[in-house]
Amino acid sequence: MSNTTVQHSTASDANKNNSDYNKAPAIFCKNLCKTFQQGEETITGLDQVTIAVDNGEFVCLSGPSGSGKTTLLNAMGGLATADSGEITLQDKRIDLLSSADRADIRLHQIGFVFQAYNLVPVLSARENVEFVMQIQGLPAEQRRQKSMAILREVGLEGMEDRRPSQLSGGQQQRVAVARAIVSDPVLVLADEPTANLDSSSATVLMDLFQSLNRDRGITFVIATHDERVIAYCKRLITMRDGKIETDNLHRRSDA
Amino acid sequence: MDLHSIATLAWRNLWRNYRRTLIMLVAVAVGAWAMIFLTAMTRGMIDNMVSSGIATLPGHIQIHHPQYRDDPNIENSMPPPDTTLLAALDSTAVERWSDRVRVSAVVASERDSRGVLLLGIDPSRALGITAADIVEGRFLQSSDDKGLIIGAKLARRLETDLGKRVVVMSQDPDNNVVDRGLRIVGIFTAKLESQEESQVYTGRDYAQKMLNMGDRISEIAVHGHDYNALATLAQDLAVAAPALELLTWTELDPFLGITQQMMDSVVFIYVLVIFSALSFGLVNTLVMAIFERTREIGLMLALGMRPISIVLQTVAEALLLLTLGLTLGNALAALTLWLLAAGIDVSAVAEGMAMIGASGQLTPSFYWQDLILANTVVFILGVLASLLPAWRASHLDPVTALTKN
Repeated sequence: MSNTTVQHSTASDANKNNSDYNKAPAIFCKNLCKTFQQGEETITGLDQVTIAVDNGEFVCLSGPSGSGKTTLLNAMGGLATADSGEITLQDKRIDLLSSADRADIRLHQIGFVFQAYNLVPVLSARENVEFVMQIQGLPAEQRRQKSMAILREVGLEGMEDRRPSQLSGGQQQRVAVARAIVSDPVLVLADEPTANLDSSSATVLMDLFQSLNRDRGITFVIATHDERVIAYCKRLITMRDGKIETDNLHRRSDA
Repeated sequence: MDLHSIATLAWRNLWRNYRRTLIMLVAVAVGAWAMIFLTAMTRGMIDNMVSSGIATLPGHIQIHHPQYRDDPNIENSMPPPDTTLLAALDSTAVERWSDRVRVSAVVASERDSRGVLLLGIDPSRALGITAADIVEGRFLQSSDDKGLIIGAKLARRLETDLGKRVVVMSQDPDNNVVDRGLRIVGIFTAKLESQEESQVYTGRDYAQKMLNMGDRISEIAVHGHDYNALATLAQDLAVAAPALELLTWTELDPFLGITQQMMDSVVFIYVLVIFSALSFGLVNTLVMAIFERTREIGLMLALGMRPISIVLQTVAEALLLLTLGLTLGNALAALTLWLLAAGIDVSAVAEGMAMIGASGQLTPSFYWQDLILANTVVFILGVLASLLPAWRASHLDPVTALTKN
């Protein structure tokens, strides 16, 4: 269980300022298997994947296309089910939950940042951030206060009323980040968040991720093959053919 | 997610592709307009047929000798109304009533002769003709007026004119031929050409004398306040005249009665046919809207939105579209009906209209129930039609949907 040892030490470092630190992993996946049928061919998405991510970690999943990064991310987020194996978020087995209950878990405990910004184009930046809270049923005033504060935090003060089409790619992705963290999730899952960004926007975004992880103790799991992103991570997990190939603490080399 | 948020999102989504929304709005508006306008015109024609038919002769209710309907002969006449019947006829439920002599007769001029219906009336309470219908000469002045009033068309047929004398022939109760030379004192026009051609009027008392009827009459015609609500009045009159036969206009003219009853079915069929055409456009619009937003719907589901909220959002879009379209359609129909309130002159086809018992002026008849029916059907079926695309949207797999371009 070298992973667990590494993770706990990493989480401990990352959560120096987090008084809510919990020794249970933020998410724990055990023996996850997933196959896809493509015509007559069976493709292995995940093959006996076991991984634990502690609270406050900043993890990158890396690997070539088709290595299983996104499949693992989708399974961790309850967006897709695995064929076998266990997924435990905090202390709850989400692989045993119904579709509706998994939706509830996504709504309250997991934040998502997708590759292609994925904002609702008819809503302003503020309304996009409020969207999750609207689904949660929070009162309008509370939604407004939280969304304004979070947009200020991600550097979008003054752009609250702009529609996505009036924002740059980097700004849109920051709105998506604001939406992902506004309900204080246990975990933020990001799938190729910098894929559509230029270098400076990618740097701004990763700086933001880093500061949120450092200052607020938010746990990040980022699927990427972007070296700019990998440079920021504290723990790098590489995947190939649905299996975990390596799992290293990146921070050690920095230390 | 609360309904206000869903409605806001639906409203904004509606205008993302405003051209498509506008086209669909126009389709719904024209459909609603067509439903209401066509229904009003058809109802107008039926009302025209009914009111023309009733006004021409039958009245809303007729009272006569029990055998008169089978054999409308002078022998099957009846005595004038007694005090009980008079009290019922003078009640507030009766708008007007007329006791009259009605026999078949022949009118002969110097040039031609025609079979007609001779009506002996009291001009003070005549039904079916008034002084306003007289275009030449004068109306009858009293119930013993010896003058004759004929229709303009009959005058042309007989090649006679105002002031000329014609011979009126009929039979008395003893089957003797009786005839009198009567001077034409007035010429009338009517909505129905058939009335102009087939009815002649003289004073009731004079007709009774001519036909040797004493004070007997052929029938009493009664007008209530609403020809669609005669049940109570008919019952009261039947109680007041137990020995006489009482018939409402639907029994006197079953064709008219059935035609009117069929109208509700006709309206419903109009509404269904027009909506069926509309529903294709509506479903297509929603399917296209959802197809274009597949990734967005996948995102919402991924963020934790419940499928029912996706259904509500899609149905809300359909409802907003229908509400707008129906409002426009209703307004358009109201405007059209207001502009045509005076009626459409169809006198060019007056003979054809007369054949179905309608006059040459077609006036739309607006009924609130038709408006409510059209709007309700479109709303309910519109929501049902939107459920299929809504259900499909709510069952998208978020992972697959998020990868769509």
